[in-house]
Amino acid sequence: MTIALTHFSAAVVFAFFTSIVFGITQKNSTREQVIYGLRCFAMFVGGVFVAGWLMWLIRR
Amino acid sequence: MPGKVAAGKTASAPEYPLTNEAIIAPLLGWVIPGAGHIYLKRYVRGLLLLISIFAMFFIGLGMNGRIYKPNGGDILDILGFVGDVGAGGLYFLARMMDWGNALAANAAADYGKTFIIVAGLLNFIAAADAHHIALGKKP
Repeated sequence: MTIALTHFSAAVVFAFFTSIVFGITQKNSTREQVIYGLRCFAMFVGGVFVAGWLMWLIRR
Repeated sequence: MPGKVAAGKTASAPEYPLTNEAIIAPLLGWVIPGAGHIYLKRYVRGLLLLISIFAMFFIGLGMNGRIYKPNGGDILDILGFVGDVGAGGLYFLARMMDWGNALAANAAADYGKTFIIVAGLLNFIAAADAHHIALGKKP
């Protein structure tokens, strides 16, 4: 079975699962873990947009 | 006097003594992602780790990601192997089943390879976390 993901969807899936592991392993309380996981996810996805716009500017 | 226990005092025990659990939990967590946490009765954390690492690994394989072998020769291949082997049992299962051998040279296969390596690296972090929980450094 082959999974076909676009660059963006692959980045979001990667961010989702990686953020879960980071949240669980890097913080102690459940609340801290959820907040850290959400922050990581936002940083990953935000980073995709920032990198995308940077590449668009470089290409021009 | 440096290096000697002062009179009337006993030598202090280590703050986090190494127990059997602190050895078994990370090893179990390495072989089966999340199992170290489940062994330590952190069921929700263990299940989430298991789902996340399994998903990363199998999505990577589904994207025709490559599984590195120990005798790659190239330094980057060796680093890729170190990342892959972090997935423990999943890596050995993939080698036994001959998965990750697709000769696909496209962007998706490159992402797939990265997913598999990162799944292994995340499992190393999860195993270290299980070790810290077993030691009592983390609740």
